[in-house]
Amino acid sequence: MEAFQQAIADQVAEQQRHHGKAQFFWVWSALLVMTAIEVYLTYQNMQPLRMLTILMGLSLVKAALIIGFFMHMKYEISRMKWLTMCALVACLSLMLFFFPDALRILSLGVR
Amino acid sequence: MAEATLPHNVPAEYEPSLFGTYSKKIGMWLFLLSDSLTFGALLYAYSYGRISTPHWPTPFHSESIVNATIMTAFLLTSSLTMVLAVRAAVNKDAKAQRLWLLATMACGMGFVILHGREWAKLIAEGLTLPVFPKLAGSTAAGEFATVAQTVPQFAATFFGLTGMHMLHVTLGVVYLGVVALRRNFIPVLLVFWLAAWLGTPPTSPFHYGAHVLLLAAIVCSIILWLKPKIYDSSDVEVAGLYWHFVDLVWMFIFPLVYLMSARI
Repeated sequence: MEAFQQAIADQVAEQQRHHGKAQFFWVWSALLVMTAIEVYLTYQNMQPLRMLTILMGLSLVKAALIIGFFMHMKYEISRMKWLTMCALVACLSLMLFFFPDALRILSLGVR
Repeated sequence: MAEATLPHNVPAEYEPSLFGTYSKKIGMWLFLLSDSLTFGALLYAYSYGRISTPHWPTPFHSESIVNATIMTAFLLTSSLTMVLAVRAAVNKDAKAQRLWLLATMACGMGFVILHGREWAKLIAEGLTLPVFPKLAGSTAAGEFATVAQTVPQFAATFFGLTGMHMLHVTLGVVYLGVVALRRNFIPVLLVFWLAAWLGTPPTSPFHYGAHVLLLAAIVCSIILWLKPKIYDSSDVEVAGLYWHFVDLVWMFIFPLVYLMSARI
């Protein structure tokens, strides 16, 4: 690695040295608990749409915890956070446009 | 024409990084953003099929749900061990770094083995794809023999999505192995390849899928031969980003594919 890149990497490593170990265990525990809740809900025979909403909500919280703490995004500068996350959400949201077509097929009665 | 010269003893000044971090990490983030679109497309394809198909199969009994939950626990634990490996790397504790990386690899391998077992069970019950090797004689009576024919979208999207994820986990284990053990990992990888190839029957898709490990061994050998280096904390952190991404994707596959298709 070039010298100035190494200097930046050392700076980043220095910042990470101060991250407490305990917070990683807390995040891991929270992720396991949320997984257990998801599995518990599966055994409750809920209405599919309601269950989907809750499961996706929990998945988004889990994703935020993983990106924020395990992937250290929480400690990046704002420009990095906003550009990467906004680009990701925008691109994934664009794919939502396919779903009305899926519903249209259903109402047309394709079997 | 006069040529400009720079004196050698003046300390260089560079523009600060636009994103406040080193290029290797930004490169990995860009790769992960593009890869998330790949998985996004597969997840949307699965959801599209599910919405537009009236009789979507729900093949996962309690045994499969328990299996998938254990797989999830393996991946979540591997993320914890990975972050501890990064922490050990920034503290320049080489021994702890290697041990945590090996623990992460062990969890990843546990995930792949359990997932392979789940696939084998579904295939034995008749849920298969035309590209998979034919099982000798028996699958017509399996629970999902008709599902594969009446709702082929299910098998296609299920195996496509989970297969792509399994490939990512496998390559992640290889990546971590190279970072942890460098050249010493190549013979280990070849042993894994032989074990996976010879240990699976020719009717299993893993019998041929195992050659991914051979390909990985060749690519890793070339990289390690052309550019041998000692991997520092930045390399471990970048490898960690990849590993956490694999975990992150599973957080959506698990509820969407398994829990929403449970038959309890």
